[in-house]
Amino acid sequence: MFNGLMKINRWNALLEAIPEYYIPGFLMTLRTAVCGLLLALLLGLIFGLMSTSRAKILKLISRVYVEFFQNTPLALQVVFYYSGLPILLGGTGTRIPKFILGLMGVGIYHGAYIAEVIRTGIEAIPAGQSEAAKSQGFSYIQTMRYIIMPQTIKIIMPPLANQALNLVKNTSVLAMVAGMDLMYFTDSFGSNTGYFAQAYFASALMYFIICYPLARLARYLEIRALRQPVAKIAIDQMMEDSINV
Amino acid sequence: MSNLFSQIFTPANFSFMMKGLGMTVMISIGAVFFSTIIGSVLALIRTYATGKYRIFGKLIAAYTEFFRCTPNLLWILWIYFTIKGNKVAISVFAITLFTSAVMAEIFRGGLNSIPKGQFEAAESQGFSFVQTIVYIVWPQTFKKVIPALLSQIITVLKDTSFLRMVDIPEFMRNSSVVMGSIYDVRGMMILYGFEALCYFVICFTLSLVVRGYQKRQGAAPRKVVRAQSAVESAG
Repeated sequence: MFNGLMKINRWNALLEAIPEYYIPGFLMTLRTAVCGLLLALLLGLIFGLMSTSRAKILKLISRVYVEFFQNTPLALQVVFYYSGLPILLGGTGTRIPKFILGLMGVGIYHGAYIAEVIRTGIEAIPAGQSEAAKSQGFSYIQTMRYIIMPQTIKIIMPPLANQALNLVKNTSVLAMVAGMDLMYFTDSFGSNTGYFAQAYFASALMYFIICYPLARLARYLEIRALRQPVAKIAIDQMMEDSINV
Repeated sequence: MSNLFSQIFTPANFSFMMKGLGMTVMISIGAVFFSTIIGSVLALIRTYATGKYRIFGKLIAAYTEFFRCTPNLLWILWIYFTIKGNKVAISVFAITLFTSAVMAEIFRGGLNSIPKGQFEAAESQGFSFVQTIVYIVWPQTFKKVIPALLSQIITVLKDTSFLRMVDIPEFMRNSSVVMGSIYDVRGMMILYGFEALCYFVICFTLSLVVRGYQKRQGAAPRKVVRAQSAVESAG
């Protein structure tokens, strides 16, 4: 694993490879992660709200989405988007751009987890508040906007930060479909030169640079949110669910 | 259509894919087994190492942080390309290395939730530190973390699909080998559906077990309270 880690010429080769391999890979990973997170938040919000609505059919759709994407591997989903989906869409020889593949992959997968986080967050707010709001003439959107969401957000921030961390790590599945991300470039530098120890060491550091601040943020938000006693049970539950997905 | 089915799921193909599924399950069980043991030892050391042993706690904290902030796939590839030996054993090792860090966090959460008073109570009853851990703290911790452990099995099972990249004959890799021999587009879709279905059945069943357990766990304290109030009202 650390074979040849001490050889200077290999480190020089790594330094030379940084502009060609690691910078484009790092940027691609970062871009995919940011856009994927936005998509995941959007999907999570939509399906999270659907699962707390009173309409049975909306609840069912949201349930199916969450269960299906949580219980099948992300790798399978991404490989399907890569080789199956273009055929389904009817094009022959058309390929979905790698960036879109990554964004869809992590966005839809983590959207399912975020939907569950948002559902738990909304359900942690006592139902009496919605009823009280209704009796005061608030519409559904007004109730959500002014009463439920401001409280929910404080509870769901720590697990969301955890989800963001896992999402960044999961962008690495793009390497399975030659996705031009950090993992892909690491792999290709490693197999071009045979300097695997250096290649993966550098890559691990780069993932760490993105993920460590997110891990600290998750911890900070958790400590802050736990000061609200009502939130304790919900947060314990969600953090346990989101520790690693 | 039925013709297509019989073309894909020939006895040879089917048993080949099921062998892959068996491999997936075996690798997951192996990795979860080892990482449960390693993770619990790490969590115990990190939580209770004091004095001159505190450095071990620090090292374990660094290990868990570092692995939590890097992808599992990275460790699989790194180890696969740099260690020689039995490929399946290496895969189990790589996944164990990664999952142990997660397990350590899970167990640490469980250990931290045990009230300090229990140590004092045990000490007053003449329990040694090791006895306190073995007979009092650990059984409660383990019970508390069972849902998180089971969820972790789901995660590991899904993550074994990364091994397709290093050509381990697990379920997803074997299925794509079969897919390579099917030239019909509908056949491909059927195979993707079949793969998703197999993963889904296993993972969903496990997640139902987790939810059932959580529900019972959640209900237990209330039952105690009810029993207590029944005693009080009876008294």
